[in-house]
Amino acid sequence: MNYSQFEIWLIIALMAIGTFAIRFSFLGLIGSKRMAPVIERMLRFTPVAVLPGMVAPLVFWPTDATDGVTLLHLAAASAAVGTAYLTRKVIWGMLAGLGIFFAPVILALV
Amino acid sequence: MTRFLERSAFWTGVVDVLPFIVMVVPFATLFGVVAIEAGLSLAQTLSFSILVIAGASQFAALQLMLDNAAIGFILAAALAVNLRMAMYSAALAPHLGSAPLLQRAFIGYLNFDHSYVLAVAKYEDQPDMPLPSRVAYFAGISLTIAPLWCLFTYIGAEIGTWIPSTLEVSFVLPLAFLSTVAPLLKSLAHITAACVSIVLALALASLPSGSGLLIAAFCAMVTGVIVETLLERSA
Repeated sequence: MNYSQFEIWLIIALMAIGTFAIRFSFLGLIGSKRMAPVIERMLRFTPVAVLPGMVAPLVFWPTDATDGVTLLHLAAASAAVGTAYLTRKVIWGMLAGLGIFFAPVILALV
Repeated sequence: MTRFLERSAFWTGVVDVLPFIVMVVPFATLFGVVAIEAGLSLAQTLSFSILVIAGASQFAALQLMLDNAAIGFILAAALAVNLRMAMYSAALAPHLGSAPLLQRAFIGYLNFDHSYVLAVAKYEDQPDMPLPSRVAYFAGISLTIAPLWCLFTYIGAEIGTWIPSTLEVSFVLPLAFLSTVAPLLKSLAHITAACVSIVLALALASLPSGSGLLIAAFCAMVTGVIVETLLERSA
């Protein structure tokens, strides 16, 4: 990470202001205005539109992994997606992914 | 009488949100660990959780900071993750819009996934709930979750300083994102949007500092809406 202390604080402050503005937006308006239906539809897709694209390069070419993508990265990622999809619970996906990813470390300690 | 109603609405909110704690605690802890490992100070890590209080976008910003993305792109991508909350705001407005400004500002600050989901479900289930009780119910939910989010960020940050740097903790981030997204893949439209996002993000990965992700995300959103509309028409 190559940011000055000032830049890090700037990122935090601007994210705080931006996030509040988004959350307050319609609550802040007087009366109860409705959002255009097309916009509302698009917004419902933001998490599935942003997060997979952010993750893909990390899974397929993790930068700080010692030797690039290993079977372990792919196995842990698949376990996280598969378990979270089937159980519909974030926490189980997280545990499955972490369990596989850190299994070698844990086994080495035992 | 009204005081009693408000108090009971507040505690109903507290009880309703309890199951969500199982989810908030590990994520907050994880954010603390990963933020410290990434090189943020304790004060910065805590400020993130106290001022922003939006898990996925905090993780997103951290990830892009690890990639040394330009500040403008970090903000754009992280705030894009939060755009769905404008929809929450619009959904809450008919129920809470006539509350005093200060209360609405407070609701805005604490308007996140859990509080929105529970509150709107409650308000639609009980349309005669008086306004002060609605506000109290919302406060019960969010005043339970928010302090835990901050407390466990702090605990995570303390744990983070103890974790040896040989562990590849940064890969926990993609695992957290994947686990968050998978349950959201509710329809063919969502799955198509996710695929477009992945393919374009990989194809455009060489574009400077995070701009490829924004293009990929925008195309994915449009694709999602198109597929959903087509599916509805053919149904």
